[in-house]
Amino acid sequence: MAVNAIDVTDLTIAYKDKPVLWDVDMEVPSGTLMAIVGPNGAGKTTMIKSILGLIKPAAGQVLVYGKPYAEQRHLVGYVPQRGSVDWDFPTSVLDVVMMGRYGALGWLKRPGASERVAALDALDKVGMKSFAERQISQLSGGQQQRVFLARALVQDAQLYFMDEPFQGVDATTERAIVTLLQELRSAGKTVVVVHHDLQTVPEYFDWVTMLNVRRIACGPVSEVFTDNNLRKAYGGKVAFLSAENGKH
Amino acid sequence: MDISQLFYDLFFDYTLRTVALGSAILGIVSGALGSFAVLRKQSLLGDAISHAALPGIVIAFLLTRSREPAVLMLGALIAGWLATLFMLNVIRTTRIKDDSALGLVLSVFFGMGLMLLTFTQKLPDATQAGLDKFLFGQAATLLQSDVVTMAVIGTLAIVLLMTFWKEFKLITFDPEYAASLGYPVRFLDVLLTTLLVIAIVIGLQTVGVVLMSAMIVAPAAAARQWTDKLKNMIILGGLFGALAGVSGTLISGSAEKLPTGPVIVLCMSVIVLFSMLFATNRGLVWNWFRNLQNRRQLRAQAVLGDLNTLAMQHPNQERGHSSAVLRAMSTNPEGVSLALSQLKEQGYAQELSKDAWALTQAGLDEAGKNEEKEA
Repeated sequence: MAVNAIDVTDLTIAYKDKPVLWDVDMEVPSGTLMAIVGPNGAGKTTMIKSILGLIKPAAGQVLVYGKPYAEQRHLVGYVPQRGSVDWDFPTSVLDVVMMGRYGALGWLKRPGASERVAALDALDKVGMKSFAERQISQLSGGQQQRVFLARALVQDAQLYFMDEPFQGVDATTERAIVTLLQELRSAGKTVVVVHHDLQTVPEYFDWVTMLNVRRIACGPVSEVFTDNNLRKAYGGKVAFLSAENGKH
Repeated sequence: MDISQLFYDLFFDYTLRTVALGSAILGIVSGALGSFAVLRKQSLLGDAISHAALPGIVIAFLLTRSREPAVLMLGALIAGWLATLFMLNVIRTTRIKDDSALGLVLSVFFGMGLMLLTFTQKLPDATQAGLDKFLFGQAATLLQSDVVTMAVIGTLAIVLLMTFWKEFKLITFDPEYAASLGYPVRFLDVLLTTLLVIAIVIGLQTVGVVLMSAMIVAPAAAARQWTDKLKNMIILGGLFGALAGVSGTLISGSAEKLPTGPVIVLCMSVIVLFSMLFATNRGLVWNWFRNLQNRRQLRAQAVLGDLNTLAMQHPNQERGHSSAVLRAMSTNPEGVSLALSQLKEQGYAQELSKDAWALTQAGLDEAGKNEEKEA
C-alpha cells in the first residue's frame, strides 16, 4: 500500500496548560481531498500549523510521506488564513505570488525570470493574471484568497494545507476554488482544508477529519460524516443537518 | 547669515560639514530601517530601544571612564538590544501584551538611566560633563571621527539590509508563511531588530534618546504616502531622513542657540505633514480634489441626461431649454449652471440663445452611450 500523505500519532498540544489538541491520531491517504471540521476552538488551525512545524507539540509525532516535515518541506504548500497578513503592505500581487518560490530559491538568491513566469502561470490558473501588477491593498477578499492560492500553487507541492480558503468569499470565487481543488486531486495531489460549512462537506470532499480537541472521526466522508459523529463533535447543535445526512 | 554663505559653509566649514554629514547618515539609516519597523508594526519599539539605550551609555562611561563616542555607542547598543530581548521574552512568557511590555521596558530602563545619570553627575571629577547631552542630543559635538564611525556602522547596516532583502521582506509580510518555507524566522527577526537598534544608536548623539523614535517612524510614515513599492518606500524613507537631517542642521546653524536635534525632528515633521496632505494617491488634498472631480463629473452627467430627456420630448425640433427647467429636474439645482458650462467646455452642450440650452450631436451620442450602459 502506498505511503500516507500524513500520519499524525498521539498529537497533543497545550496552550498555557489548556489542551488545544488531545492525543489526536490522523491518517490521510495520498490523493485525497480532505476537510478538517469542528466547532470554534476545536484545534483545526492548530492541527495544520503543528503539522507545518509552526507550533511545537507537547507530545506526539507527525510524518509527511513517511518522514518528518523538516525533510519534506519541498513537497508541501501552505495557504494561511488571509486575515493573517496586513494587505496594506506596499507590494504587488506578482511579488506576493513569487514568495511561493522563496523556499525553493533558498538564501540570498533573488527571484528572476523563471519565478516570474511561474507566478504569472499560477495567477492565470486562479483567474487573476490581469491583476499581476496590482497593489495588494486594492484587492477584494475573494481576490486576496486567490492570490494566496496562487502563491501556494507556485510552490509546486504534492500536499497542500489551506486554512479556511472559503472564508468570506463570494459564490463565484468559492466555485473557482473548488474546481481548483478538484484539479489538484486529479493531478494526484493531496489537499487538506480547514472548513466551516458542514453542508458542503459531502459535495466538495472525499475524506474528512472531525475534531473537537480530541479526534472524533477520520475517514471517507461516506463512512464517517454521520449524524452521530457530528453530534459528538458539535455537542448536539447540528439538528438542522440531520434531514440531509440521514442517508449516511 | 545669508543662504549662499550657509551653503558655502556646508562644504567648507568643518563643524557644519561634519554635523550635516552626520545628520545625513543618521537620516538615511534610520529612515531605511525605520520603514521596516513601521511595516512590522514596531513603531513604538524604536521609542523603547532609544530610551533604553540611556543606561547603557552611562554604564559604558562608568566602566571605562571614557567619553569616546564609539565606547558609548557600544554601551547604547548592548542596552538597547538587551531591552528588546527582555521585552520579547516578557511578551512570549507572560500574559502581558506588546504595548504594556513596551511601556514597562521603556520606563524601567529610562528610569534607571536617569538615576545613573544623576549619580554620575555627582562624581567629584568633571569627566562626566556632557553625558546628559544624550537626552536631547548635541550635534555640535560631533567630530569627524564620530561621523566616520557612524558611516561605517551605518553602511554595514544598509549592506546587511540589502543582502537579506528577500528574507526580510518575507518575514515582514507573512512570518508564518516564511516559517512554513523553512526560514528561521526567529533568527531573521532578531537580525532585523538588531539593525534597528544600530540605526537608533547611530542617531543618539545627534538627536538624543527622547526624540530619536521620531526619526524611526516619521520618514517611514512620509515615504509610505508616496509609494506602493517596498523598495521605493525604503529608499524614500532614507532620502527623507537625510533631507530632514541636512536641512535641520542648516537651519540650526543659521541661528544662534537653536538645538540641532529638535530642529531635525521638526523638519522631519514638516515633511510628514506635507506628505500627508499632498502625496499623490494617498494625500488628503489629492483625495479631496479627486472627490470633487468625481462629483462634478456625476453632476454634469445628470444634466446631460436631463437635456437628452427634454430633446426626446420635442423630437425633430432645434430648440433650447432654460436652465430653470433643468434646475427643476435636478436633485441638485445649485449645481446646474456649473454643470452646463462644463458640458459646454466638453462640447456636449450649446447655448442656442440666451439661456436656451440644447445638446450638440456629440452630447446626444454621449447620452445615448450612457443610457446603453445603464440598461
